[in-house]
Amino acid sequence: MTRTPVLTFTENGIYCPAGDFYIDPWRPVDRALITHGHADHSRWGMGRYLATHAALPVMRHRLGEITADGIAYGEVRQIGGAKVSYHPAGHVPGSAQIRVEVDGEIWVASGDYKVVDDGLSEAFEPVRCHHFITESTFGLPVFRWEDQATIAAQINGWWAACKAAGKTAFLGAYSLGKAQRLITMLDPDIGPILTHTAVENTNRVMREQGIALPDTVLADADIKPKEYPGAIVIAPPSALSSAWARKFGPQETGFASGWMAVRGIRRRRAGDRGFIISDHADWSGLLEAIKLTEAENIYVTHGYTDIFTRYLNDNGWQAQVVPTQFEGETLDQGEEA
Amino acid sequence: MKRFATLFNAIDQSTKTTVKVAALAAYFSEAEDADKLWTVALFSGRRPKRAVTTTRLREWAAEVADVPLWLFEDSYAIVGDLAETIALVLPPNTTSDNRSLSQWIADLRGLADVDEPERKAFVLDAWRRLGGTERFVFNKLITGGFRVGISQKLMTRALAKSTAKPEPEMAHRLMGNWHPDTDTWHSLIEAEDASADASRPYPFYLAYALEDGPENLDTPEDWRAEWKWDGIRGQLILRDGSYFVWSRGEELMTDRFPELARAIDHLPSGTVLDGELLVWLPDAAQPASFNALQARIGRKTVPKKLLTESPVVLHAYDLLEWEGQDIRDMPFAERRALLEAACADLPVDAPVKLSPQLKFSTWDDLATLRATAREENAEGLMLKRADSPYLSGRKKGDWWKWKLDPLTIDAVMIYAQSGSGRRANLFTDFTFAVRNGDDLVPFTKAYSGLTDAEFRKITAWVKKNTLQRFGPVRQVTPHHVFEIAFEGIQASTRHKSGVALRFPRMKRWRQDKPLAEANTLDDLNEMLRIYG
Repeated sequence: MTRTPVLTFTENGIYCPAGDFYIDPWRPVDRALITHGHADHSRWGMGRYLATHAALPVMRHRLGEITADGIAYGEVRQIGGAKVSYHPAGHVPGSAQIRVEVDGEIWVASGDYKVVDDGLSEAFEPVRCHHFITESTFGLPVFRWEDQATIAAQINGWWAACKAAGKTAFLGAYSLGKAQRLITMLDPDIGPILTHTAVENTNRVMREQGIALPDTVLADADIKPKEYPGAIVIAPPSALSSAWARKFGPQETGFASGWMAVRGIRRRRAGDRGFIISDHADWSGLLEAIKLTEAENIYVTHGYTDIFTRYLNDNGWQAQVVPTQFEGETLDQGEEA
Repeated sequence: MKRFATLFNAIDQSTKTTVKVAALAAYFSEAEDADKLWTVALFSGRRPKRAVTTTRLREWAAEVADVPLWLFEDSYAIVGDLAETIALVLPPNTTSDNRSLSQWIADLRGLADVDEPERKAFVLDAWRRLGGTERFVFNKLITGGFRVGISQKLMTRALAKSTAKPEPEMAHRLMGNWHPDTDTWHSLIEAEDASADASRPYPFYLAYALEDGPENLDTPEDWRAEWKWDGIRGQLILRDGSYFVWSRGEELMTDRFPELARAIDHLPSGTVLDGELLVWLPDAAQPASFNALQARIGRKTVPKKLLTESPVVLHAYDLLEWEGQDIRDMPFAERRALLEAACADLPVDAPVKLSPQLKFSTWDDLATLRATAREENAEGLMLKRADSPYLSGRKKGDWWKWKLDPLTIDAVMIYAQSGSGRRANLFTDFTFAVRNGDDLVPFTKAYSGLTDAEFRKITAWVKKNTLQRFGPVRQVTPHHVFEIAFEGIQASTRHKSGVALRFPRMKRWRQDKPLAEANTLDDLNEMLRIYG
């Protein structure tokens, strides 16, 4: 007898028949369980949302009026025939892997994740399961992240050099997650930390929910750059070449992304510096996470899916590609991921 | 190696030429002569003799990184650079090393004399000692091809700056056949007599494209016009009873064109000609197509049959050296007069011919001539100011190329593949089809012509509209119509559609055009009939 899978992959997204809910759906459905607040996972138009208490404030900020319920990490909810719990994914503050258990069979949808502790997000927690749904944004062995402290030293060194040369340092980063992580890595003794409106809005939401962030100054349209010599400005990549940015006079631009590991991509961005830092797992992080779940069945949703899946199959897993509309870390499309 | 890696990073990280030139000039005034010489050599495409095959390098890298070879190869396909892929997949270095750039190169050269296990031990040891950019540079020393966004022009400028010599002289010194194995920093850069080498070519003078037609170029009388041939630009050097053929890419191609040896019989030593290498059959009215020439370029030694089927002739359009004197400062009209005199007595079967100048008195005359370029198998016209000296590099003002407008066809995108290197995370390589009844017949690929923003947009679309995957290739919903521009069309048995295009690229994304308005196979065949 074949039983219905705990999670299935449908046109609307990942679906649980036993609980009649979707995980990170990309079309409007009645009940959506959301892993984290990035726009490709948390979309507008769902009847009801369920997310971690820590993820909800940003989701409300971004989606406006929504019907949403919060859940604590580790808290177990019964939804229909499914037992559901949320566990830290280490991707951005509030991000979660969603564990779904039906009749003793356990599936985990991990959304986006990274296994190293960034000191800001709740640290990744491996969840044992039978079926694991993973991303593979950086699922190639050429992606290998260095320690956060090493990258912090590179960024602070560059900022200090910009300051010494009388230039403003512009660092491009997504406004949710990456920007706040970078802010905590900066050395405030070098100079003032300014933020683009989109970044500061997220900062405000996070501060209100009790997440400690260093002091930042909102750099809106009325800012007088002269009053902040030696500043670093954290802004979405799309804002870096705008008229707003040009107001700051002599400047250098840096990008902080896992994609900066590839020289060709670094050069195409034509910034002055690329810093290799990502909120997604690198090659060894992906493999480590998968091993820790002890799952035998792996579903690869986005990234280098074909290659990563082949590698898993060659090494004893049962893996398959599952096409989704998740985007992973994009360098170019606005500020989301 | 550390100093060189620092220089490499400084150049690679910056997009500003002033920063790059300053970093180079500083390096040239600090580094050891042997390192400086190798730096100039590497940045101008020279490299140490390959000590290890790239096949072995890949195997060893995969082994050390503990990944299967197919995964290494797939990663390489995405990163787009072998040296970089190796540097990235290997585990971090565990120690460091103080050898200089030239010492590393000397050590690599020593590998020629040892057996493979010892070579492998050396390479693996180097990978343990070198991290980051140093490891990448080390790999590049073996694989070759330092593309670092430093043009010959910038390097020349930096060298001129740090040696206080004029730029044109420095450009000339850097031309030709020198190599760090046979030359020194002193003989190449500093010695008084830099023209000792008989094979040394002059830097080529390159034209910019004329975008708006010649109306803004003052009076037609001041200008000379020639066909712009669709061959390869070449410099023929006759000195000391020998001949040398250089391509514009500074490749010595003498052996590929043995028929040019006979030029020595008809022109005096101390002559340097600039012209176009073309396949031109003895009785033909026009040169053969570029395809015929391509068959010749591909061969390092030429079989007799090919020599008869596809004879190469240099169509000379400029004279750079005459009677052993560098005459590049002379006005073009005077150089041309000397060239015509030199070519006046050439026999019909000589491998050098004078490329004709075109008669015109108004810009309208010239436009009429240009419209007939395709009949001459030419790409358009060259315009040269009569009083212009022969400059070096691409300079605006005195020489212009006025090419024909490309041929165009509206085609449907049916397959997409992601790019590599600079475009590793974008879909940039597309296959296009024309309509044939209800079918779509693929006929060309194209990679360039869209803006980054357009590539991003089409990438997002491809991800959402993939019908099927074949390895890295995705079949997409036939929906988007692109205007494909190309320079020529030929019948081809190698392509399903029966045609091969020259220089296809995306001219425009026709978001205004529905699928049903894309061109058909009949339209394509009609173009083949007219222009093929």
